[in-house]
Amino acid sequence: MKPSPFAYHRPTTVDEAMDVLGELGSDAKILAGGQSLLPLLSMRLAAPAHIIDINRLSELAGAKVGDDGVRVAAIVRQATVEHDRDATAAVPLLGQALAHVAHPVIRNRGTVVGSLAHADPSAELPAVLALLGGTLTLASRAGRRTVAAREFYLGPLETVLHPDELVLEAFFPRAPRGSGTAFVELARRHGDYAMCGVAALVRLDEAGSVQDARAAYISVAPVPLVIDLTAPVAGQQASAADWRAAGDIARDQVEPDGDIHATAAYRRHLTGVLTARALAEAADDARRVRAAA
Amino acid sequence: MTASDVSPDATYDILLRVNGVPRPVSVTSRRLLSDCIRHDLGLTGTHVGCEHGVCGCCTILLDGAPVRSCLLLAVSVDGQDLTTVEGCANPDGSLRPVQQAFRECHGLQCGFCTPGFVTTATAFLAQHPDPTRAEVVAAISGNLCRCTGYQNIISSVMCAAELIRQTDTDAVIEP
Repeated sequence: MKPSPFAYHRPTTVDEAMDVLGELGSDAKILAGGQSLLPLLSMRLAAPAHIIDINRLSELAGAKVGDDGVRVAAIVRQATVEHDRDATAAVPLLGQALAHVAHPVIRNRGTVVGSLAHADPSAELPAVLALLGGTLTLASRAGRRTVAAREFYLGPLETVLHPDELVLEAFFPRAPRGSGTAFVELARRHGDYAMCGVAALVRLDEAGSVQDARAAYISVAPVPLVIDLTAPVAGQQASAADWRAAGDIARDQVEPDGDIHATAAYRRHLTGVLTARALAEAADDARRVRAAA
Repeated sequence: MTASDVSPDATYDILLRVNGVPRPVSVTSRRLLSDCIRHDLGLTGTHVGCEHGVCGCCTILLDGAPVRSCLLLAVSVDGQDLTTVEGCANPDGSLRPVQQAFRECHGLQCGFCTPGFVTTATAFLAQHPDPTRAEVVAAISGNLCRCTGYQNIISSVMCAAELIRQTDTDAVIEP
């Protein structure tokens, strides 16, 4: 239960980090909050020859709230964003989802971007980024590029990130005007990995009828799966929309794997139930937002 | 020297401020902070249960915020402030409200998990002086106890909050 030996690097600027990463490439692993990496090291499920600790990259320590959304740099802790009222007011889904990320103590150290880059299919934040149409900024010595969340994820723990690239920041766009959001998940124990989780977004027009309904899923697909569920509820009044029908569609589209925590059939069942619940909550949220405006 | 020349066996001279006392210590890169605290600094109040971030026994305060010391590399927190359970008592060894409440409300049986609960509760109460029971449950949700069934732990934290409010004692550990 101890990490195997590794060479340790602690760059203090992004340029220096790029150089070290450029030289070491796939022999190196980036350490940000380490709340997923350290268990992997201690259990010897990962044994990288080099660790690049980016916790001293003060250039990457801030979250910026703008008119278009929230930009979270690489070493911003999950708890920092969770308690940032401007950030969670701009993108309420961030706060709604972060409350489900592990435990408060883990969120004090774990980073938002680290969770996005780790690409665990049961992680909440990749689904949030995918649902909102967010992007990630990646950098290497060769330059920078911006990748949409929906193109970033290839499979469990697998992304398009090159071995010499570092994720500099994530951009969570504001939801369109008239939208409400919700995050619902079910886990065996508080703070544990969800058996199924749903991030939902519902947009209403001024008369309160549904214009747009979509959801992103965790723990039931290898990558954050976004499903457009507008068709069965389009034009219906939010207070009486057939969320159940939307849930049925989602249920029929997922192909979860079963494991010791939940069978595939149960996860599929949860997908339907939690979709209906999350969409209804998101619609309530949209009505509250409109009433307050 | 290039990055590939850095040795995995290199040792690093780091400085930790532990319970208000500067503690220089020499560690290898892979030294977990939990092991550094227990073996290198001799502060065995911090307990190691699962060693992969699940049980919460090794929780300490890093710059005032509770974190798992088994999920941190000692070298990574060079220069930072740590508070262990030893720092949650008064300098003369007498108990502060959180510890006193755990004793009075039977918040422990075997005591293995207690250091993690005490540090977590100390930081929580500094931020939430008048919590509801539900907030306490959420705050300690990352700490496992196999003896008590948690009810007395929750009561202890509620009682500690009351003690702190009564005595106006600052729960924040000021070195």
